[in-house]
Amino acid sequence: MIDNTPASVGTAAGAVPAETAPPVRPRLTFRQRLSLLDTKLSPYVYVLPFFVVFLIIGLYPLGYSAYLSFFSWPRFGVAHGPGVGWANYSHVLHDPIFRKALVNTLGIFVISSVPQIIIATIVAALLNTELRGRTWWRMSVLSPFVVAPAATALIFGSLFADQSGLVNGALHGLGLSGVDWHANRPASWLAIATMVNWRWTGYNALILLAAMQAIPNELYEAASLDGAGRVRQFLSITVPSIRPTLLFVIVTSTIGGLHIFTEPRLFDTNLQHQGGANYEFQTLTMYVFNTANSSTDPYPRAAAATWIEVLLIIAVSLGSFLLTRAAQRRSS
Amino acid sequence: MARRPGFMTYALLAAFVVGSVFPLYWSFVIGSVTKERAAASTPPLVPGGHFFENARRVFDQIDFWSALGNSVLISGISAASVVFFSTLAGFAFAKLRFRGNGPMMIFIVATMTVPTQLALIPMLKEFSNMGLSGSRAAVILPWVVTAFGVFFMRQYLVDALPDELIEAARVDGASMFRTFWSIAVPAARPAMAILGLFTFMQVWTDFMWPLVVLQGSDVQTLQTALDHLKIAPGQGIADMALLQAGTVMATVPLFLLFFAAGRQLVAGIMQGAIKG
Repeated sequence: MIDNTPASVGTAAGAVPAETAPPVRPRLTFRQRLSLLDTKLSPYVYVLPFFVVFLIIGLYPLGYSAYLSFFSWPRFGVAHGPGVGWANYSHVLHDPIFRKALVNTLGIFVISSVPQIIIATIVAALLNTELRGRTWWRMSVLSPFVVAPAATALIFGSLFADQSGLVNGALHGLGLSGVDWHANRPASWLAIATMVNWRWTGYNALILLAAMQAIPNELYEAASLDGAGRVRQFLSITVPSIRPTLLFVIVTSTIGGLHIFTEPRLFDTNLQHQGGANYEFQTLTMYVFNTANSSTDPYPRAAAATWIEVLLIIAVSLGSFLLTRAAQRRSS
Repeated sequence: MARRPGFMTYALLAAFVVGSVFPLYWSFVIGSVTKERAAASTPPLVPGGHFFENARRVFDQIDFWSALGNSVLISGISAASVVFFSTLAGFAFAKLRFRGNGPMMIFIVATMTVPTQLALIPMLKEFSNMGLSGSRAAVILPWVVTAFGVFFMRQYLVDALPDELIEAARVDGASMFRTFWSIAVPAARPAMAILGLFTFMQVWTDFMWPLVVLQGSDVQTLQTALDHLKIAPGQGIADMALLQAGTVMATVPLFLLFFAAGRQLVAGIMQGAIKG
């Protein structure tokens, strides 16, 4: 830490000769005062842009959403109408489409995050060996991350196409019947979760690999002498050693996974963007988006739905944080 | 332990890589056959010779070059801005003493867990009040500086920049900004490169906010253009060859960047994991 108090500026710079300085408080020259101001104010100026941006894109929109969610606002009105208490929240919570969206979001989240983290840990362990062409393997594993979610959704939309897709083609080839990827609810979740897993598993594997590289080799050598096999070493040395990073990966994938929007929107084959003909894979974020374009009180209801989703995301992230920590405590 | 990889290690990793790369190959296969072939019930497995024909149809449906230009411009400006302002704030948090330093940093980290981007409607209204909706600036503004960027640069500078260097510069009479510019920035360069690359990719792949704020505007990014391609009248959804050709075209530019700087991206993700 640099602490440029006036005294240290004065004496260090040697600008105030001792004999002319008043005994109690040295009079500062204009330059010194400017320098002092610079020292005191600069840190605030440097961190200010973040807070301005956060005010514009975070605090104000979220705060205004909270406010708006307690009023009515007809579709073509210029300003919001009278207060309605919790009616908008109650409407959203009782809306069968909202409930479907909630279940869809959680379902997609579970089948995308759990396998993703397990596979990422295994891939990281495989990468944490003396591979030939190490950089090449790492880059290859990361390559799906370079494909934007919108492009990912279109690619997998084609792989999982009901009529012409490769997955159904393969199923037919095996003598099985094809799956209605857009009309069968769990199947549509699986297709969307596959997109998320495809894009993020390699990325998370690299984060876990970094944590694994910090594990001292002696641990493995000792276990090896004790006759522990590779799988045993993975489970009792590798996994426990990377706990903090695992926790980080789980919480970040929770926050990201629950907002899912791009993949289901572009997976849709009808143009109403309602997430399947019968809302099979409409997610909460899509619900907010669609509610804002609906006929009755679009903005206040979308605002109420926004806040329900925000609180849900915070609760689930906190829950996954606490759960993971508790599980780790128990196993140690 | 035998940290030397055996056959199984290579085989499993190879299987994972095939799974990672295959969807891209598939996209090119579908993008290079005729519309009719792409819709057949037995899917093609090898590329056809119709990619350029499909690409021409993509040009007919969306203004591809303009979308590409916008994506480059928006991502480039955002990345430069995030790098500059995050380094500046990261420098203050890592090395300067001021009231509220600790609590403000904790607040910034906490904002990363709040899904702010969900409050779309108020944000959209706010941006149209500022006269920005439908403009490139509206897409860039949320990316002027990010919580992750500030945190990342702070973590890096805490260790990478010795206090003595700053002290020496100040004693020599350098202003605070001059100290930042000639002492902190050179020390922060490796982290700045990684943050820039990472932000560029994040902005490039962003979809929801550009979709909302650019609705009905002539300005589109590559990602929102893909959405337009999908709902293109009479074609879109049913025309897989068109969609995949567009997807390939929208994905190639970022892959070029990946081939050039993928090594740094890998290093950055791994380094960010340790620092974070």
